[in-house]
Amino acid sequence: MIDYLWLLIALPLLGALTLIVLGKRIGEPASGWLASTLVAIPFIMAVILAVPFAGGAETEHVYVFSWIPVIGANASLLWDPLSALMALIVTGVGGLIHIYSIGYMHGDDRYPRFFGYMNLFIGSMLTLVLADNFALMFVGWELVGLSSYLLISFWFSKPSAAAAGKKAFIVNRIGDWGFLVALMMIFAAFGTLDFAIVFARAGGVLSVGMATAITLMLFVGATGKSAQLPLYVWLPDAMEGPTPVSALIHAATMVTAGVYMIARTAALFELAPVSLAVVATVGALTALFAATLAVGQRDIKKVLAYSTISQLGYMIMAVGLTALTAGIFHLMTHAFFKALLFLAAGSVIHAMSSEQDMWKMGGLRKYMPTTFVTMVIAWLAISGVFPLSGFWSKDEILGAAFAKGGWFIGLWAIGVITALITAFYMTRLIILTFFGEKRWDPDAHPHESPSTMTIPLMVLAFFAAVIGLWNTPVRLGLEHFLEPAFENVTQVHALGNLTVTALALISLAVVTVGILLAYHRYGRGELPAEDGGYWAAALDGYGVDDLYGKVIVAPGKAAATWLAMIFDVRVVDGIVNGLAVVTKAFGSSLRVLQTGWVRSYGAGIVAGSLGVILWLLLRGGAF
Amino acid sequence: MTVTIGWYMSLAAVLFAIGAAGVLTRRNALVMFMSVELMLNSVNLTFIAAAKELGLVEGQVAALFVMVVAAAEVTIGLAILVAVFRRRASANVDELSELKG
Repeated sequence: MIDYLWLLIALPLLGALTLIVLGKRIGEPASGWLASTLVAIPFIMAVILAVPFAGGAETEHVYVFSWIPVIGANASLLWDPLSALMALIVTGVGGLIHIYSIGYMHGDDRYPRFFGYMNLFIGSMLTLVLADNFALMFVGWELVGLSSYLLISFWFSKPSAAAAGKKAFIVNRIGDWGFLVALMMIFAAFGTLDFAIVFARAGGVLSVGMATAITLMLFVGATGKSAQLPLYVWLPDAMEGPTPVSALIHAATMVTAGVYMIARTAALFELAPVSLAVVATVGALTALFAATLAVGQRDIKKVLAYSTISQLGYMIMAVGLTALTAGIFHLMTHAFFKALLFLAAGSVIHAMSSEQDMWKMGGLRKYMPTTFVTMVIAWLAISGVFPLSGFWSKDEILGAAFAKGGWFIGLWAIGVITALITAFYMTRLIILTFFGEKRWDPDAHPHESPSTMTIPLMVLAFFAAVIGLWNTPVRLGLEHFLEPAFENVTQVHALGNLTVTALALISLAVVTVGILLAYHRYGRGELPAEDGGYWAAALDGYGVDDLYGKVIVAPGKAAATWLAMIFDVRVVDGIVNGLAVVTKAFGSSLRVLQTGWVRSYGAGIVAGSLGVILWLLLRGGAF
Repeated sequence: MTVTIGWYMSLAAVLFAIGAAGVLTRRNALVMFMSVELMLNSVNLTFIAAAKELGLVEGQVAALFVMVVAAAEVTIGLAILVAVFRRRASANVDELSELKG
């Protein structure tokens, strides 16, 4: 069956092609079910193929067809525990979100097209995670960028959505540039892009400087895709897309590509301690920075967007600490609880007729019981309340930071502060949405969503609650599962039992404080007026967009204007017109030869012939 | 006195020069055609003379080709000439200078 691994990628891509070409004929809701089936089948295949890894099965390299063999880039797939886990998350969470979308996208004019794009995304993401060489990974990397663009600007008739799609694409291109440069450097150093060869020879081939250069460029790629400082700006705007898109692409899967890529190339990062320190520090700073922004948002999806950036910061910090298992573990738990948060938020938005401002919600728990209960589970999970999934994965990262010591203790402290803020803003979100007085428009009639939407919520809630138990300090299930994928890398682990328990108690205490502070502020009747000062700045994203606008976009536009209005008109057009002028002048000076008299042409022929004969004779030495 | 290849070649050269001078100096299209024929036949003469001298058959073949082409050329040329003459009642080539650049 492993020989058919390529079907994992081919089926969703086939679905994308079918739905984009024939979607109108297939119609609603059949196209939604078709798309869901074409994700469900790969999920089932992935489960069957992943089971042997629990028993210690070997890593598989599946050759599909020859592509560019000379650079070590064939269409060949890698099936090891890491790619298997990623494939399971992508198809599992992705499949649930497909089913949810059947209900959520009901009545949209371009319903089949939406599912076509969603399938395109799943196929692209699977290409990224299953690739067995850098070139194929880059293909997947670019394709997820494309599908992300298509889905963010899905409602392109709204100017803000069209602009958000462009912004995401362009900001991602900056990251892609870094990734591409890293690929070129890897090829220059190794002469191949094949994962197995590159990782096996890395220690012997690369100097520390070269390894640092390569890994820093790879990290530029990761900051783009995984929305880290300073390239995070596209992700909050990406919330213009339909909510299932936010859940699938901008929370659960695509944005984890950077984390996955660093974990996959850990053998290179290991050779560059400077890069690792940069990665971990950027991750921690992003976690804190985005968390402080999440506190001040009024739009429910914006809170979740900044929260995603913050949680991705944790993951990046983990892989920067070479706590790879912890990073992948948090990636997995986050995929469940953040997808759940987004889908539940989507359910609320759906019920409130597209209202996204939390100040116009309130008291919804009675109207949407299923959404409420599942979202509470997600809230506890992301806040890190024992024993839900977020607690285990977050504390494993913090434990690793503490264990690494030195400079990284500071990162641990940042992580703990971020945990406090996370608990605060998530509690704020829950209270504003589900508790307190009704602040909505009297015309709104909130209602529970249909079962295609609530069933995925329940499944995700179940996993968000229990998946953390797979990898507890008592029983390191995931650690053991992923061992073959990381066998060449020395990982950092949390310290012994006593320290782990102490650190866990600290973060639990901090989380409790965060929740209580939020309750104190929002949970007791009158809501505080949140305007001016910090609140205005946070709503504005601290003015980072304005800053980038002034420092990068405006000079870029000025340069483009100069090129278009001055350089193009004077220099480029000048060259083209100059050629024409020269040709014309040449032509008009030669036209006098065209007398129109046959006999003058005849004389020319005779003179020419005589000239040729004379030349031949001279050359032949006749005279 | 034997007639050697040199004689033939000299005759051909003289004929060719007369033909070329005719083409360049005469204004009547018909006379120009006759001059062209003279040039072609002077070339034929060199072919035949060389074939005889070298004992090869290729020269005769080439001469036959030239005759065929010359026949075709004269046919078309005269047809054009007749058409031009009908329209202008003149065969003076210097009046046909519409293609002056």
